[in-house]
Amino acid sequence: MSLRAEHELHRRRKGRNVGVGLMLGAFVVLVLALTVAKVTSGDFELPRIEEGQ
Amino acid sequence: MTDISYQDKPIEGEASLGDYFALMKPRVMQLVVFTALVGLLAAPVAVNPVIAFASILFVAIGAGASGALNMWWDADIDGVMKRTAKRPIPAGKVTPDEAKTIGFALSGLSVMMLALSANLLAAALLAFTIFFYVVIYSMWLKRSTPQNIVIGGAAGAFPPVIGWVIATGSMSVEAWLMFALIFMWTPPHFWALALFMKSDYDDAGVPMLTVTHGRKSTRMHILVYTILLVALAVGTAFTAIGGPVYLTAAVILNALFLKGAYDIWRRDEAQAEADEYKVEKSFFRLSLWYLFLHFGAILIEAILPAAWGVWT
Repeated sequence: MSLRAEHELHRRRKGRNVGVGLMLGAFVVLVLALTVAKVTSGDFELPRIEEGQ
Repeated sequence: MTDISYQDKPIEGEASLGDYFALMKPRVMQLVVFTALVGLLAAPVAVNPVIAFASILFVAIGAGASGALNMWWDADIDGVMKRTAKRPIPAGKVTPDEAKTIGFALSGLSVMMLALSANLLAAALLAFTIFFYVVIYSMWLKRSTPQNIVIGGAAGAFPPVIGWVIATGSMSVEAWLMFALIFMWTPPHFWALALFMKSDYDDAGVPMLTVTHGRKSTRMHILVYTILLVALAVGTAFTAIGGPVYLTAAVILNALFLKGAYDIWRRDEAQAEADEYKVEKSFFRLSLWYLFLHFGAILIEAILPAAWGVWT
């Protein structure tokens, strides 16, 4: 028998931790998607260097 | 064996994720997201959908952050007013320090990320909006002048301008027309609320117009601001963001709104108390639809030509 009682408080903490974890995960995915969108939309094109320069 | 994390009694004050979310004023965030999105889509420049989604999300986070900072600062008066007594801080679920930390952290994050996803001008406008709402409105105007709602309304009026700037990188007359629409709508909306939330602002010592100038004067103010708003809202139909759909919506909505404001002006307190502020409450409800449908019409005018091109 476990001595550790599962309390409403623990459920609340777990919900909070899972929520924060999911938000951080979503933020990482969003930054990745933004990076892909920026790179493919031409915002980060390097200036062309004229031949011979 | 002991478990130091075990406690016999639940800690009442420990917040759930929902309490932190409530700190960000989700209903205000809905309005911010919608008006910013309309500003973005009404602009004559197409934006990559991922960039648009991320940028609007960061605007929403910025709005939520300013809501958290407002709740931190106003915790004392929120506890006194019936309308706000159940907010997370007065309810004892979130501590003022937590709200302050979350507010500052999310403000910094949202402004920084908007600068990266959109442009520096949009980020600067978001930073100014947060500053205006928290410092100018919450800390300064709200407790010192009956014009609090009038000037403070600017904070809620910035989102469509930010949306426009996300798309174009610059400001224009159309963006400021959308700003003016929300700016002029805010006073009648909140004064109607102040009329039927009778003693709330009085108890909290907030110098709302109802407290400083009396209720008769507040009714007059609602009518005058509504007349100015009607001229602005209908006039917008003849600008680049207007059109036949907007004009139709504006004529109907403004006729109803003007009628509501006139009815409020005509009444006295005895009549209002007799029917439990029926007219004031219905004007307040109409004001929510008023703003939503005006921006909805601007959105339709913006996407209709593109959709028409697809259909034909």
